[in-house]
Amino acid sequence: MRVLKGRVWSFGDDIDTDAIIPARYLNTSDPKELAAHCMEDADCTFVEKAAPGDIIVAGKNFGCGSSREHAPIAIKEAGISCVIAESFARIFYRNAINIGLPILESPEAAAFLKEGQQVEVDLEKGEIHEIISGRRFTAVAFPPFMREIMSKGGLINYVKEKVANQKSGVRSQESEVRSQESE
Amino acid sequence: MGHTISEKILAKAAGKKEVFPGELIIAKIDMALGNDITSPVAINEFRKTGVENVFDKERIALIPDHFTPNKDMQSAEQVRIMRDFAHEQGIVHYYEIGRMGVEHALLPELGLVLPGDVVIGADSHTCTYGALGAFGTGVGSTDLAAVMATGELWFKVPPTIRLIFHGNLPPWVGGKDLILFAIGQLGVDGARYAALEFAGPVISKLNMDARFTISNMAIEAGAKAGLISPDNITLDYVKGRAKRNFTPITGDEDAYVFQEYNWDVENLEPQVALPFSPANAQPVSSAAGTPVDQVVIGSCTNGRIEDLRQAAALLKGRKVHPRVRLIVIPATQAIYLQALREGLLEIFTEAEAAVSTPTCGPCLGGHMGILAEGEVAVATTNRNFVGRMGHPKSRVYLAGPAVAAASAVVGAIAHPEELGEVK
Ligand code: SF4
Repeated sequence: MRVLKGRVWSFGDDIDTDAIIPARYLNTSDPKELAAHCMEDADCTFVEKAAPGDIIVAGKNFGCGSSREHAPIAIKEAGISCVIAESFARIFYRNAINIGLPILESPEAAAFLKEGQQVEVDLEKGEIHEIISGRRFTAVAFPPFMREIMSKGGLINYVKEKVANQKSGVRSQESEVRSQESE
Repeated sequence: MGHTISEKILAKAAGKKEVFPGELIIAKIDMALGNDITSPVAINEFRKTGVENVFDKERIALIPDHFTPNKDMQSAEQVRIMRDFAHEQGIVHYYEIGRMGVEHALLPELGLVLPGDVVIGADSHTCTYGALGAFGTGVGSTDLAAVMATGELWFKVPPTIRLIFHGNLPPWVGGKDLILFAIGQLGVDGARYAALEFAGPVISKLNMDARFTISNMAIEAGAKAGLISPDNITLDYVKGRAKRNFTPITGDEDAYVFQEYNWDVENLEPQVALPFSPANAQPVSSAAGTPVDQVVIGSCTNGRIEDLRQAAALLKGRKVHPRVRLIVIPATQAIYLQALREGLLEIFTEAEAAVSTPTCGPCLGGHMGILAEGEVAVATTNRNFVGRMGHPKSRVYLAGPAVAAASAVVGAIAHPEELGEVK
């Protein structure tokens, strides 16, 4: 998997989905239009400042509030390469995995990283590396089932493959999950 | 060791004898929901799966409620995508303007979500159905697409946090006050990844409308679901509505509960949640006197008939303060009609409130009452984040219908008792 590299943009705790993409822009589902308002109610100059590949770092409960998938879509389409947070709200976490926006949960990195720092992220290893200080952090590992969804490029590809397999009589999703539960 | 309601419902839906918190399962879905914001994205994703027909055209509900009646051309396009898809797929539960309502009020009312169900919705307040003893949980559009294609979805079984309410409710204190108080205690992520269970003598006496209000806001504490054990009040409500067979499921006495809170509500004041978090719950007295520009009574939290009755009891024979706009939005057509028949709409109109057809509207800052810079609102909705009802510098105070109605009359945040005797 890729190694990501970008500048850190810092946000606080409990950044909600209305701050990530205000509901007033949800009369469209066009990713480009959504991206133009990314993080607007948390920092109205964010879109102008952020460069492709940059990284959002936040405190606890990032993405709380509504279930709108428009939130991770706006972040992804705005060119943000990944989000590192102390913790994520549940629906945002699902949505990010499902649409293929890389997210990493690391309380230590979230506490250490400051706005403007340059960070490298190895998604495969879950490793976060701050370049100037040389500090390294390891994110909480994803359960194997979620890793599989991500490695397939999101839930839809996963379903697509499953449906195709079912037609040809390959083992079902359920037995796959069972075999991975032990971890 | 027994299991909680959530665990038992999920075990049944996964075809297993039992499941444990933390376990990843695939569960069969009894009902899947999308709205005019989330369905277009889901439909687009559904197309990519290569599946031609939805798994069951009776188990999908598509409700255009957020920007409807459509506020502009773009939102009209979004609803058109839904409508075309519903017709193409023969989806039974698509409800057009004039028949629709705010989704989380409409689905229970129509008997589409039932005790013991697993319900997913591409809307975070899908947890509302916990009031029926269903495992309802909000997901994203891609999850909805996967369910439309396969009828099942993966879940991590949540641990249960039980909230037990004791004592007798003081006058003017209701479901909204209980849940605001609870969120204030737990914080916005106090129940993250967990299922809340509301229990105790106070809950067992509440009517269904109050229970829906409570379960509705479980997500505001980060919870995945917010269940109330089904009892006679639940079954009375469901009777005559249920569109399918169902099996109510209750928890085991010896179930393992991750955390338990016990609260005495004997002296609880009506609550308001200060901007900008539902967890900023305070007794109404602490915010009393704050001038307000707009009051909204409606939404999937408090747009039901009991809410309107409570507001009407306070507004009867009174006028909305000259500086205040009061907007009342019955959550469904049936509630609208009921309010009409009971004379409530007349009371609102005579009090100089605006009454709207069912819509989410101002709740999410969509339309029908957007706030200007610096304006203050009291709303019976469920979120008061920055910019939620309009300008990022506007401020929303969350409250129950009684505090909202009283504040509309006084022109400032007020305890209902300030109005004196109810006429
Ligand atoms: S009323 Fe508000 S919270 Fe409820 S579904 Fe509509 S927008 Fe969401």
